[in-house]
Amino acid sequence: MNWDWNAVGDFMPDLWHGLLVTLQALALGSLLSFSLGLLWTLLMRAPSRWVRWPVGVVTEFVRNTPLLVQLFFLFYVLPEWGVTFSALSTGVFAIGLHYSTYTMQVYRAGIEAVPVGQWEAATALNLPRRRTWTAVILPQAIRRVIPALGNYVISMLKDTPLLMVITVLEMLGRARLFSQEHFQFTEPLTVIGVAFILISYLASLLLRALERRLVR
Amino acid sequence: MSADSPLMKEPDATAGPATAGGELIRLEEVTKRFGTNTVLDRLDFSVDAGKHVTLIGPSGSGKTTILRLLMTLTKPDEGTITVDGEPLFPAPEKQVREVRKKIGMVFQQFNLFPNMSVLRNLTEAPVQVLGMSKDEAEARARELLELVGLADKCDARPTMLSGGQQQRVAIARALAMRPRVLLLDEVTSALDPELVAGVLDLLRDIARSTDITMLCVTHEMNFARDISDQVLMFDSGRVIESGPPEQIFGDPEQERTREFLSAVL
Repeated sequence: MNWDWNAVGDFMPDLWHGLLVTLQALALGSLLSFSLGLLWTLLMRAPSRWVRWPVGVVTEFVRNTPLLVQLFFLFYVLPEWGVTFSALSTGVFAIGLHYSTYTMQVYRAGIEAVPVGQWEAATALNLPRRRTWTAVILPQAIRRVIPALGNYVISMLKDTPLLMVITVLEMLGRARLFSQEHFQFTEPLTVIGVAFILISYLASLLLRALERRLVR
Repeated sequence: MSADSPLMKEPDATAGPATAGGELIRLEEVTKRFGTNTVLDRLDFSVDAGKHVTLIGPSGSGKTTILRLLMTLTKPDEGTITVDGEPLFPAPEKQVREVRKKIGMVFQQFNLFPNMSVLRNLTEAPVQVLGMSKDEAEARARELLELVGLADKCDARPTMLSGGQQQRVAIARALAMRPRVLLLDEVTSALDPELVAGVLDLLRDIARSTDITMLCVTHEMNFARDISDQVLMFDSGRVIESGPPEQIFGDPEQERTREFLSAVL
């Protein structure tokens, strides 16, 4: 097996395009999973079981079916019902939705870890329910869960290559295309492997910095 | 709500409220159970406006539960609670919110909001609940922090303060809402011994210089003797003896009270 630096050079423009798509999917997918997850957590605490029950069933279903199946479903079945999105939007939505069913559990743990005395102090001060959540409970809960959310960001990064199956050309898609055209597999696959490690590492640095800023 | 006006009074104002001397708090036939354990057993008692009442008794006798019922942190199983003539239990949520404005509480574990500065701990509720402007709330918060001797800690985080300082901030935070009733739940129990005196002195000051009604659960018998107009001795969810502190501490009628006092004094 020969290592060909020229192939690495030739692959660079493709890598760049793929990298942008991967980062887009990761950033938007993370945002979506963080916000949807929080929404599910709050809905699961609703007083009415007519809210809790459907949310519980749907999220349990999404969490326990493979992301790959969900991707295929959203990409090939939804258009039959007249709902069409671009491949990347579909991918972002699938990743965000799938991971929101995990982040909701992280948020729940974070909320339950806020001492009951905080709720009692808020009641004693007569703070409205909504304000108690936004000013007292959530800021404390979210600080606690940043490390756990960070792990899911890394996990999402590693799932972005699945988007290849719905025609999104992220890094793996680009590498495969390049390999098929040039019959060189080692270089592009190695390069994207290194790229994944670098992104994970940078993301973890970023999260640690965020944690330091928020956890005081 | 006609009764809102006394709320707007400064806590250190000397003029008596309209209801001075009248009954402010009334519990009737209040029963509270936790599982099969009856903590309060058809309890009746009332507190007059401006009075300082101390609840003493062995742990588990239901003292703290009374404070928690009044703060609506828990609900009775039976009975009625009224504050200033208005029902607190049973009552619809909206009514509870109105009545609760008259009541403040200081907790054993301080329960300051660690994600907010000391100043914001004091301004959050006045702005959000009383609709005070931010400037007004901050000016008042600074006055109160001065009163509790922590004017220089406005921007500190609560976790940077000692237990005694945190408890003084918590007292200031409760006062910032201009309550008519202040509930004090073993406020010195979590403090290191050398920090207790500072907090008790502050409470003595407040008791002397304001007309706030105080309901106090404490194990500090000297403090109880010092500030109380009335002492209630609890045992097994009932008041077994009540009277002015001189009588309860000096010449208790009940054998049970004598036993308890000799054990803690």
